[in-house]
Amino acid sequence: MEEMTMKNPIVRMFHVHKRYGAKKALVDITLDIGFNEWIFVTGPSGAGKSTLLRLMYRGESVSEGQILVDGANLLRVTSRQVPMLRRKFGVIFQDFKLIPTKTAYENVSLVLEVAGEKPAMIRKKVNSVLRNAGMEDKMNNYPPSLSGGEQQRVAVARAIVGDPKIILADEPTGSLDSKSAGIIMDLLKGFHARGATIVIATHDKELIESTTHRIIHLDNGRVDETDPNVVNL
Amino acid sequence: MIFFLKRAIKDMADNTFLHIVTIITIALSILIASSIGLLFFNAGDVMSTWKKGIRIMAYVSPAAGEQGLLETRGAMEKMNGVGGVRFISKEEALADLKIQMKRQLSLIENLDRNPLPDAFEIQMIPTDQTWERIETLAAHIQSLPMIDDVEYGQAWLGRLSNIFSLFQFIGITMGVLFFMVTVFIISNTIRLALYSRREEIEIMRLVGATDAFIKIPSYFAGLIQGAVGGLLGLIALYISYLVISANIEKNFSFYVVDIHFLSGKVILWILLYSIFVGWLGCFLSLKQFLKN
Repeated sequence: MEEMTMKNPIVRMFHVHKRYGAKKALVDITLDIGFNEWIFVTGPSGAGKSTLLRLMYRGESVSEGQILVDGANLLRVTSRQVPMLRRKFGVIFQDFKLIPTKTAYENVSLVLEVAGEKPAMIRKKVNSVLRNAGMEDKMNNYPPSLSGGEQQRVAVARAIVGDPKIILADEPTGSLDSKSAGIIMDLLKGFHARGATIVIATHDKELIESTTHRIIHLDNGRVDETDPNVVNL
Repeated sequence: MIFFLKRAIKDMADNTFLHIVTIITIALSILIASSIGLLFFNAGDVMSTWKKGIRIMAYVSPAAGEQGLLETRGAMEKMNGVGGVRFISKEEALADLKIQMKRQLSLIENLDRNPLPDAFEIQMIPTDQTWERIETLAAHIQSLPMIDDVEYGQAWLGRLSNIFSLFQFIGITMGVLFFMVTVFIISNTIRLALYSRREEIEIMRLVGATDAFIKIPSYFAGLIQGAVGGLLGLIALYISYLVISANIEKNFSFYVVDIHFLSGKVILWILLYSIFVGWLGCFLSLKQFLKN
């Protein structure tokens, strides 16, 4: 595999391996993701898409190889520095991962609270992002009282409210109807237009077939170079 | 800080049951431990009161002349721990005995001679009144050539002193055990509370929360639980004290045992201890929990 020579990569992976005991989740992944790039990571279930995303925000550590994020080598990032690294990311999950005992507003504001933002600024930013997500009138609702699409909109609002450099979305539309999925994708497009890098792990064929963005196909933990949609790295 | 305090209160409100269990655990532990403390302090006071009344009586040999009495008195006054020496002549002793035995006065008056010896009443310096010190001093006095016998309530004082030492040992051991048990129970209760929030904590870490951001509200919660638990324990102890002391005053007033509650200083220490235990339980469980 040739190494990609991208001008401004925000994420760089060099011969990354991830193993869980004897099981190989990722094998020799080398790739660059550029600033403000939009990438789809595809592949069947168990191909390693979620693992690839988790490695980027140090949800897990690599077994072998190196990852650079915004110039920082993750191997050298200490556990004390991990929170700072994670503030560069906005992460969206298929199961939303909202705190059920906090309101939509509190779930979103948490990101700014952990970053030490002032209360007035938190109110302004959270109100704005929830308004853009169409959740302004339900900001005081608790997640269990919201529909799947609404919960995912709150999750997207939470991912973008801290103005992160990279959005990692793991099957963001996997459990949603097409209308809700459309709203989520529109929110992400808007944030991408403001300069963010978007990495979406999905096996939604419709979504992939309609895109003009770069696609990385994973199979059995390896980048499938035979896939016609893959831009050779 | 206000932000973290607010979060601590909100977290406690969200997990009311587990926090109430923790507070009750602390309150019960404080109640039991401070009950032992209260008994211990009162027993100590009773012992001190009794010890203050200790006099060593030294009975002088009939062979001792006036010179012998003077020398013996001088020797005793020079001894360490002696606060004062009073001479009680055998005539004075007989007069006292007559007052004490008014009903059997005829028995005394029929005596053809005074059978009582001259004696010295030795008062000890209050700070020197340990059991060992009393025993040593009595032995010294006994060794004086003109002294026939020495009396200071050896048997009952020795037994009481041993019981008190045993009580002291049990009190300290129980205190240490209760401290360990309380910390263990609290840390496990808090761990349960944390387990119920593990998804929330995982999400907080995902969005970039530092360990301090997660820990500080929990520390506040531990401090609040410790303070509230300690206060409740002390209130329960005070109510028990009022009930028990009222009964003792009613039924055992002839013993002149003046039972009193813990001093303000001790109450403050118990509260600080309770707050510390609340925090320590929290600290230990968080340390373990965040490591995983």
